[in-house]
Amino acid sequence: MKVLVFSPELCDIQRGCEETCSRTWFKEVNHEKSAIRILSAEGKVTASICTQCGQCIDVCPTLAIQRDKRGVVRINKDLCVGCLSCVGFCPYGAMRIHPDSTVPFKCVACGSCVKTCPTGALAVVDLPDAPLTATEKRHRGEV
Amino acid sequence: MQHQCAGQRLLAEYRYEPPRVARGYANQTLYIDLSSNTITARPVDDQMKRTFIGGRGFGLWLLWQAVKDSTRWDDPENEVILASGPIGGTTTYPGAGKSIAVSISPLTGSVIDSNVGGYFGPLLKFAGWDAIEVQGIASEEVIVFIDGNRGLVQILAAPDEPTDSYVLPEQLVERFASSPEQRRAVSSVTAGPGAEHSLMGILNVSFYDVRRQFVRLKQAGRGGIGTVFRHKRIKALVVKYEGIKGDSNAPADYADLAAVGSKMHHEICVQDPVMNDMRGGGTTMLTRLMNDFDLLPVHNFRFGSHQQAPRLYKSEFTPYFSLGIPDGCWYGCTLACARSVDQFTPRTGPYKDQVVHVDAPEYETVAGIGSNCGIFDPHAVLEANFYCDLYGLDTISFGTSLAFAMECYEAGILNRERTGGLELHFGNADAMLEILHQIAANEGFGPTVGLGVRQMKGIFAEKYGADPQFLQDIGMECKGLEYSEYVSKESIAQQGGYGMANKGPQHDEAWLIFMDAINKQIPTFEDKAEALHYFPMFRTWFGLNGLCKLPWNDVEPADNKKKHPPRVAARVPEHVDNYIRLFRAVTGRTDVNEPEDLIRMSEPAYNLQRLFNLRMGFGTREHDAIPYRSMGPVTSEEYESRAERYDAQLKEAGIDATGQTTAQKVQLLRQHREQRYQQLVDAVYKRRGWTPEGIPTAETVRRLGIDFPDVQDLLRRHGVR
Repeated sequence: MKVLVFSPELCDIQRGCEETCSRTWFKEVNHEKSAIRILSAEGKVTASICTQCGQCIDVCPTLAIQRDKRGVVRINKDLCVGCLSCVGFCPYGAMRIHPDSTVPFKCVACGSCVKTCPTGALAVVDLPDAPLTATEKRHRGEV
Repeated sequence: MQHQCAGQRLLAEYRYEPPRVARGYANQTLYIDLSSNTITARPVDDQMKRTFIGGRGFGLWLLWQAVKDSTRWDDPENEVILASGPIGGTTTYPGAGKSIAVSISPLTGSVIDSNVGGYFGPLLKFAGWDAIEVQGIASEEVIVFIDGNRGLVQILAAPDEPTDSYVLPEQLVERFASSPEQRRAVSSVTAGPGAEHSLMGILNVSFYDVRRQFVRLKQAGRGGIGTVFRHKRIKALVVKYEGIKGDSNAPADYADLAAVGSKMHHEICVQDPVMNDMRGGGTTMLTRLMNDFDLLPVHNFRFGSHQQAPRLYKSEFTPYFSLGIPDGCWYGCTLACARSVDQFTPRTGPYKDQVVHVDAPEYETVAGIGSNCGIFDPHAVLEANFYCDLYGLDTISFGTSLAFAMECYEAGILNRERTGGLELHFGNADAMLEILHQIAANEGFGPTVGLGVRQMKGIFAEKYGADPQFLQDIGMECKGLEYSEYVSKESIAQQGGYGMANKGPQHDEAWLIFMDAINKQIPTFEDKAEALHYFPMFRTWFGLNGLCKLPWNDVEPADNKKKHPPRVAARVPEHVDNYIRLFRAVTGRTDVNEPEDLIRMSEPAYNLQRLFNLRMGFGTREHDAIPYRSMGPVTSEEYESRAERYDAQLKEAGIDATGQTTAQKVQLLRQHREQRYQQLVDAVYKRRGWTPEGIPTAETVRRLGIDFPDVQDLLRRHGVR
């Protein structure tokens, strides 16, 4: 599965990735609308990014969250009822909501930020698939 | 007609322009008269919203205007009303999908309210209706269909549809959904054959489970509203609305709604696993807790625990449950207590040996049909749950009624001849299931149990010469409604919580046992009266708004008990603050700022319900009297089972019981407890602004803005100035 990964030691903390992300997906520069967030505290830099673990798939009441062929977890806006269960249950705090829309958003490993990152701190890599969620097992008839 | 199959006659049709919901309200209600096949819209004005808020408040107000003082449950002017509430239909906060049903109850003869999950109330509102009131009696079986996208209401003849709530809701989804994707946009209200042949019929409210791909049911259980529903010859109410979004309720402040909602989801994610694990087992975790604290009803509330109770613990049920599925009964309920048993094989009845699915039992069902009837058999409890839902019967009233009949059997008041051959000993699961099937078929002794405890008391005294005082003492009903499943003997506050509840002894007004008897946080009568003002009003607020009570205190912030002293912590202040934010965010009302504002919001509807009882011939002190079984040991056997406790209590009360027999001690304790109950009643009436007879004073109704001419007239007739 495709996952955006972050190398903190290379990051310049300029948050250009956040601008790229919001511009790509929301056509505006707004850090609150970026799926990636660079956090820096006490000299330590981290990034809040979706790991594509898929736990949100199991909390979505409408099956709006599913994994695509690249292994990326995506939200179907037509099915989403805006309950924000996924926002509250994301173990990484990486499912986000902005009040301009009732549909949450997250990193889909599109790679836009990778291309614009001047220091090479970001990369989309192919990782082994996450364990199947209960929903995916049920879908495959394994339950 | 797109949805009409051959032979389905259209009896009436009404077209409307679906209004846009604004700040939680559709601003109109749907009125249907089945006697004349009339369908009309009625406006909701600002005063109605201010005074009664919505949900239960709207239901009470609509019914108040619809009935006469003399109306009985089976009169045409009685109504079945379902309403959501301004917050109802919110998807971003857990537990915001409740509907509240209101009617004149066949069990109590007075007004009843019962809340229920499922999608009906929210879809009804988004279809353009804050409430539906159905009056009249149809001349033939009907289905009422509301299409909220097309703006269409139809009354359809329904001569051939089954009434079985296992089959009918599935058929309705198939019939009214135009595509598989639309199934979740359809919700129905149905009852069942048991509702027709008993006074304890329920409303089953459906929602389509997209993962399991079948219809699930939640129940408006209390007070026999399903019996009224079937008496009106309604087979189903169906609503269809497609297009639910996070802002369908058109909130005034979506940003804050999203903020408070996602905060609460996260709290549940972290706290539920370390607290009640509602997501894992629903309310079944309560059996163990109640047994541990001697609060689990056993053998018709004689005892509070039993050595076989572990057979009914959560761990006995969870292997049946299918987990890993978001089991909220409305979108966004992450507390998700609505567990399901996807594959179950009944041993008896019309579905014998077939694989079926069952909505998992609540604690009330486990305790009512299980321990209270001495049936420590999880399979039998699941089977009873399955058939109660399918037949349309209230598991609480059924369990408490059957437990009463079983005690009467063991006391020799009933025997095999009188029960048509059934051995109604405690623990006889086969007899319990047979009674259920008999109610549905309207044969044998079953329908007698289906009349409920109050009517059985009369029948057993009259027909079999049973001692009316004994029946009164052990018959666990008040106002005609059967007790829900908690032993209140050691908590006088809970005795009051049951006895002074408007609808009858249901715990949704107050559950004070831990606060009162275990944690000793409300020692004086004034403390108890304050709790019996605050909590009933606070919990009423949920019913006005279309909310579920569970996310209030079945999960708590991690620091709740550290941050607040125990008495304050019991109110869960952070969650109360959430509700204030939620209400403001939806309705835009800026005058709601503190907890007391929620309490004041509930008082008009609560007091109108009390006055409604008065109007229907009840609503005074004598109707708040409770059976002694709910206060203390009726028999020597009960006393002796906890002799140490009772002896100590007599001593503590300064009552010298030296040398007294057990029977004499039972009497001494009884006098003491009954006297204390009356003292409690005095204190509560005073706190609530009622007369010593339990009637809201003229000053109270004026303060609450419900001093309508007919209310003033009612008070005058009862000598209240």
